[in-house]
Amino acid sequence: MVVCCCLGRTATWVSYQLKIHAQKYMRSPLIPEMATQEVQLNETLAHLKSESESLKSKLEEERAKLHDVELHQVAEKVEGLGQFVMKTRRTLKGHGNKVLCMDWCKDKRRIVSSSQDGKVIVWDAFTTNKEHAVTMPCTWVMACAYAPSGCAVACGGLDNKCSVYPLSLDKNENLAAKKKSVAMHTNYLSACSFTNSDMQILTSSGDGTCALWDVESGQLLQSFHGHAADVLCLDLAPSETGNTFVSGGCDKKANVWDMRSGQCIQSFETHESDINSVRYYPSGDAFASGSDDATCRLYDLRADREVAIYSKESIIFGVSSVDFSLSGRLLFGGYNDYTINVWDVLKGTRVSILFGHENRVSTLRVSPDGTAFSTGSWDHTLRIWA
Amino acid sequence: MTSTSTLSSMRRLVEQLKLEASVERIKVSQAAAELQQYCLQNAGKDALLVGVPTGSNPFREPRSCSIGQDVVLVLGLDLGLD
Repeated sequence: MVVCCCLGRTATWVSYQLKIHAQKYMRSPLIPEMATQEVQLNETLAHLKSESESLKSKLEEERAKLHDVELHQVAEKVEGLGQFVMKTRRTLKGHGNKVLCMDWCKDKRRIVSSSQDGKVIVWDAFTTNKEHAVTMPCTWVMACAYAPSGCAVACGGLDNKCSVYPLSLDKNENLAAKKKSVAMHTNYLSACSFTNSDMQILTSSGDGTCALWDVESGQLLQSFHGHAADVLCLDLAPSETGNTFVSGGCDKKANVWDMRSGQCIQSFETHESDINSVRYYPSGDAFASGSDDATCRLYDLRADREVAIYSKESIIFGVSSVDFSLSGRLLFGGYNDYTINVWDVLKGTRVSILFGHENRVSTLRVSPDGTAFSTGSWDHTLRIWA
Repeated sequence: MTSTSTLSSMRRLVEQLKLEASVERIKVSQAAAELQQYCLQNAGKDALLVGVPTGSNPFREPRSCSIGQDVVLVLGLDLGLD
């Protein structure tokens, strides 16, 4: 593990420096004290290292003790799902480049999407009309989100910021003029989400942190440190389950955070590659993740472990985004091989594979009332499926 | 000094691991049963799972005319489309 290598190198470096100092300042009376301090430091480091190793194995032991059955075994008696007839019902064309992110409005018909060419578009998904369009000053707008009120959208990407645009009813008004810069990171913005109100935004970044911001003042309310590499995605717990959110990153970890204290309360590391997407199960007791290792996984928060893996030998391309159907029975995954795989969450089997996009599926969200789901792709389009 | 910052980050790691170890856990059988119960309880409302009566899923209507569509929805007409 990286930590052990660093410690090993530091310990060697420290003892080498000690030798050099000792040779140079043989006659100095300070030497014995310096030497003792260095040695003590080394001992403390070694002690902490062994303590962390034993804590890690204890954690695994405790988790394993409660692993008495698999989810699909519990679900054996549940009726299997029949054939699914899901097809593209709408195609939203208008982006000039790869669609990177999208989000539904709470009104269940509007969608905001963002793309590589810097454009952010608000669509009416029923009619496929474009209602608003903004050009961001940066390319690769990797994150966008609709405000709960439906009156604003937030977006950001390579500009390292998250900006909020109030949506005007007047189509002629220049949206860019009212733009408010809210979040500032030291690397790209990978995801953003409003909390329960228009007043706060949660962001994740390539700088390895997540942060909670006040929209009005732009003030940083809380920051979340713990990922060892870029954070790629986040999802807020459904409001009934309290103030937590989950994030996934390039360090292969999914972390659950307490929004008030900034503390990481649970951490899961079973994926074999970057975690591109995380989404809470509708009850808030579990979350799913999608990764470059071509698998989706389900983690139960109360059992504190992974409880299901959704994979097939024939699926070798990474998952870019995941979302649950309203009841949590279906898990939709958008893949880099241009397809959408639909999984039976309880039984662990694939129930359907959907074709249509002509390049990788980069984003996928189920509508707020569960009547449809939308996908965005590198083929420049968005599709609504039902 | 490199060793001091390594020391403090190791201390943080140990504290974090202690916190994670102290989490209260339940058995997978119980957790799985509750996930299953939630699914089954809400299955009826899940349009993508069970489908909905023709006419009540706005996306299954063709978008020929947005005004006409609103009228259709308001009057609750089932034109047998798609």
